[in-house]
Amino acid sequence: MGRAQTIEIPRYYEVMRISHSAASMSTMLTIEQQGGMALLQLSGRWTVEHLHDIEHQLQAVTLLNNHVLQVNCTALEQADLSAMWLLRTTLFRCEQLGMDVSYPHGMPPHFVFLNELDQRTLSNPVNPEATLLWPEQVAATLGRHAVALGHNAIGHLDHLGRMIHANLYALRHPKYLRKASIVRHTYEAGIQALPIVAMIAFFVSVIIAYIGASQLRDFGAGIYTVDLITIGVLRELGVLLTAIIVAGRTGSAYAAEIGVMQLNDEVDALKSIGLDPIEVLVVPRVLGLLIALPLLTIVADAMGMAGGALLSNWLLDISIPQFVARVQDALAPTTFWAGLIKAPVFAILIGMIGTYRGLQVRGSSRELGRLTTSAVVESIFMVIFTNAIFAVIFVELKF
Amino acid sequence: MDQLTPIVSLRNIVNRFGEQLLHDNVSLDIRAGEVMGIVGSSGSGKSVLLRTILGLHKPNSGQVLIEGADITSMSQRALIQVKRRYGVTFQHGALFSSLTVAENIQLPLREYLTLSQATLDQLTALRLEMVGLPVSAATKYPAQLSGGMIKRASLARALALDPQLLFLDEPTSGLDPISAAEFDQLVSYLQRNLKLTVIMITHDLDSLMSTCDRVAVLVDRKINVDTLVGMMSHPHPWIHDYFHGVRARKLTHSSDQGAAHGT
Repeated sequence: MGRAQTIEIPRYYEVMRISHSAASMSTMLTIEQQGGMALLQLSGRWTVEHLHDIEHQLQAVTLLNNHVLQVNCTALEQADLSAMWLLRTTLFRCEQLGMDVSYPHGMPPHFVFLNELDQRTLSNPVNPEATLLWPEQVAATLGRHAVALGHNAIGHLDHLGRMIHANLYALRHPKYLRKASIVRHTYEAGIQALPIVAMIAFFVSVIIAYIGASQLRDFGAGIYTVDLITIGVLRELGVLLTAIIVAGRTGSAYAAEIGVMQLNDEVDALKSIGLDPIEVLVVPRVLGLLIALPLLTIVADAMGMAGGALLSNWLLDISIPQFVARVQDALAPTTFWAGLIKAPVFAILIGMIGTYRGLQVRGSSRELGRLTTSAVVESIFMVIFTNAIFAVIFVELKF
Repeated sequence: MDQLTPIVSLRNIVNRFGEQLLHDNVSLDIRAGEVMGIVGSSGSGKSVLLRTILGLHKPNSGQVLIEGADITSMSQRALIQVKRRYGVTFQHGALFSSLTVAENIQLPLREYLTLSQATLDQLTALRLEMVGLPVSAATKYPAQLSGGMIKRASLARALALDPQLLFLDEPTSGLDPISAAEFDQLVSYLQRNLKLTVIMITHDLDSLMSTCDRVAVLVDRKINVDTLVGMMSHPHPWIHDYFHGVRARKLTHSSDQGAAHGT
């Protein structure tokens, strides 16, 4: 083993050498043809590093049109399983093509072992989808997505039902209301989000006021900037911005937290102790958000008004007392409530989608990432969509 | 290569974590073609020793020679060349959870070689066949596999580049005795046929018994190497307890018989 043997090679009239690159010098397949017979001479190192060359060199073998194929491996320096497997697969194909393969100088290395392995019958892994025609593939994909969409909708409804049930139950039986947990989630979703919510509300309001002022001033209606800010911030922007920030911050956190618990079998552990994961994990989060989101909205409203007031003072020379007086004129009794009333609805949507996606995680880290992403995307979409519905309803009700 | 030339050689390894001295001048030679079992109590530093041999942990002092080359003083580039020559399975399989079994097995091949998909599929089929997994397992994700199948798939990935050297970290932990025995048989079968050198950390006395040629016991920061029969009569109290404890009685019994047959 391991030594290259020099053997006498009879002079055939046709000698074909195949070599593809410098690396193939170490892996050599020489094919010598004589009439109906071809002699395959293997030499050098047939190892996994040279598989690329081996693959190319073996391709030529199946193209031979001889009836008899003799394989000689006595000059092989080194051979490993992968290379021999490829050789064997190629020779099998030759046999299927009607060639007669023989090994007059003994079996190539590893063939005995591979034959033994092969008694457990196996074929190449075939991806069933690859065999479909493209119209079938399109139909299959469409169908799969439609079914998934249906399951998704049913799942959300199912989760909403369970959540409402658990919430009502907990509210009627305060023993099951996990107060420490609710406080923690109120703190994490509310207090910790204060800086970012306040800052974004302030700057967005400044932008609105600036654009409004520069347009309205041309008509000599600069004072109406105050109306724009008041109605814009209180009715729409304050609550919408807050909900979007919270969806990004807290919705993703809920999905990821519960998702990792799901991966660690913690959710199953809860169930086995006899606790309902909806009650333990979902209710405190949703209730925490239900407390935090309206409070955050009020802060966002206040910061938005402050931003508007500062910019009006600086750009339009409206003093703060003037601004306050004008705001009181612009305010209808419902303006503030039309914004705030939406906050609990958004809180339930965000909490529900985040926790539902988290509970859906199964098995792999990729699932966790995918479902966390969809929790955020769906929450933001649902927040904006619901906001549009509210707008229509409020207009119809003249609210 | 001479059968007695060590393929892996540890020279005076010292590993220290803060105040705690884990390995005190540990030396160990592993010969080509043998199966070496590493045992030791929990916290004795088996895993750190394995990570040191793999080049994943740099010892405080000492050398690790793999096929004669010292990997502790090697450049990163040279170390990669060494790393592709050995295969490792980790305790919990460490299959990439976002890839299918087939993709897990193909990952090392894709990384180091340029091959057609047909060839990759053929090689994957071979690995699956070698470790006794059905073809249907190829398209499954690790989360869909049983514990025994994960160990097998992990072994298939470790064998992807036809290594001569195989490291197994607790290969049978978490398996039922029947699956564990089957896995031991599989390792022995592959080791014999592919002339592999296997280094395994194990707590499974049955595994030690059925697969290992020699046993290295890590105790008191030192390593003691002997055959299993030799270990039986080792004077150190921990080693004595290990091989003569309650769980070892059956083993002691059968190995006495084995020793009697052997002589």
